[in-house]
Amino acid sequence: MSASSAPASVRPSATKSRFWSGLTYFLVSLYFLIPLGATFYWSLRGKKDVLGFEAYRKLFADTNFLPAFSESIINAIATILLSLLIIVPTAYWVTLRMPKLRPVVEFITLLPFVIPAIVLVFGIIRLYSRPPLLLTATYDSSRVVLICVYVALSFPYMFRAVDNGLRAIDVRTLTEAAQSLGANWATILFRVIFPNLRVALLSGALLTFAIVIGELTIALYMAQHTLGPYMADLTRSKVYEPSAMAIVAFAITWVAMGIIDFVGRGASGRTRTNDND
Amino acid sequence: MKSDTDNSRSVKSNVGGALRPPRVPIGQWLGVLPFFIFSSLFLIAPTLVLAYRSLESPEGGLTLNNYRQLVNETVMGAYGMSIRISLTTAILGGLIGFIVAWVVSRGGLHPRFRLITGTFSGVASNFAGVPLASAFVFTLGRVGVVTALIELLGVDLYKSGFSLYSFLGLTLVYLYFQIPLMILTILPAIDGLKREWREAAENLGATSFQYWRYVVLPVLTPSILGTMILLFGNSFGAHATAYALTGGLFTLATLLIGQQISGDVLHNPGLGYAVAMGMVFIMAFSILIYSVLQRRSERWLR
Repeated sequence: MSASSAPASVRPSATKSRFWSGLTYFLVSLYFLIPLGATFYWSLRGKKDVLGFEAYRKLFADTNFLPAFSESIINAIATILLSLLIIVPTAYWVTLRMPKLRPVVEFITLLPFVIPAIVLVFGIIRLYSRPPLLLTATYDSSRVVLICVYVALSFPYMFRAVDNGLRAIDVRTLTEAAQSLGANWATILFRVIFPNLRVALLSGALLTFAIVIGELTIALYMAQHTLGPYMADLTRSKVYEPSAMAIVAFAITWVAMGIIDFVGRGASGRTRTNDND
Repeated sequence: MKSDTDNSRSVKSNVGGALRPPRVPIGQWLGVLPFFIFSSLFLIAPTLVLAYRSLESPEGGLTLNNYRQLVNETVMGAYGMSIRISLTTAILGGLIGFIVAWVVSRGGLHPRFRLITGTFSGVASNFAGVPLASAFVFTLGRVGVVTALIELLGVDLYKSGFSLYSFLGLTLVYLYFQIPLMILTILPAIDGLKREWREAAENLGATSFQYWRYVVLPVLTPSILGTMILLFGNSFGAHATAYALTGGLFTLATLLIGQQISGDVLHNPGLGYAVAMGMVFIMAFSILIYSVLQRRSERWLR
């Protein structure tokens, strides 16, 4: 850090402050690591008197687990694809052609933070579960509505990711170059803009995945058999499996965030300038 | 799509100012239309329905009566608990998160800690809901590991008044996603503090206290306050974690709405809508203050 430029007299206080920094960091880490450790310990106790992976085996053998898990994965993928298809053109057009719309779009992408999930699902049920707009008549039609709600909820993350990505590349020049070579708008979007936004799109997609995969509130009140409601049920009916489930969920989130960090670091390495702390 | 190609053709004919296609606005709107349709159908319309219903009287016609009835024991109890927990976790989470962010950014620790902290905060701030509730049950629940360890020391947590299913318990659980959110949001602001400012202050003979009092705090206060308000909203609207922890039976505004959806516990549908809209107002108010403060802090941290 600044040690090289600091005068020699500062040294002892720097060492002292490093000690307090280390201690603070250690204590706060305990708060974050102990619950994970405790949960992991419980998850190894599925069989009496031996530590092992019995709880995980039982979890994966549960007839309700895989259907719920795969349904959530499919929902998440559908959400991501739809969201990308909507947000990329929107962010692109707003950046390039219709800057006047930007405040409106930004305002709308704030709405998911203003409307709590529980309030949103309340409104969705009141609006779409009775005539004239009866969209939740069957399980599958409810599922479509659920995915659409997830898409709307992903807008803030997706828009911000794509918008940041667009700022990092020179959209205007790329577009002009493509146009002067005779490309039409679809070609520009799919063959010029999309490939250049890979990192941004991947970040938005993974963040959406992490949020959607275990979502409870909306799925619960729309009576969907996805992972969130399944996990809530599990905590009430089983002893050891919920710990294995929590560890699996944590691992999924960790992998998603790890990939975002990894690809993000590679891409932003050149653009970030003065943060060498 | 068809008008998209029309659009591009008109662009090509418009040599020079290639990026301003003249008067084919429909083609442009097609790019943003799905966005507006989706947000209208799945964010705005559902909220407007609740807003309208909250103003509707049983006999038909508009009334503010439902909002007047918010002042009753059940609703005020739920709002009160939500506000208390949100304030507590916003302030505590904000302070602890700020300290951790400061420590990894300026505390002289190895840069590796900063990287790990950043990634972990991304994970933990998204680790709300059922898994988080489970993790704390296995830690501090009646048969939790820490509960058992403390019992070995001769103290029975649950007999001495502690419960995970209480204000204190929920606060401990919420901090698990509040602290990381603070770290993620405040780290860039701390990074924005220029090293020259500290050197300038030291050259002018400022003590550490003076550097904090006259440089760090004035620059960072809008960010810190703004993020704390963000944390407030984050906790105020949280439903899944509390639901998973308490089975939905705790006194909390989000849980009350959940009970109202499952079966009119307030015995008055109109009041239920008013409770939901009340939450939206509080959230909107806090996001508004957040964005005002965020704009103020951008003046210095550019």
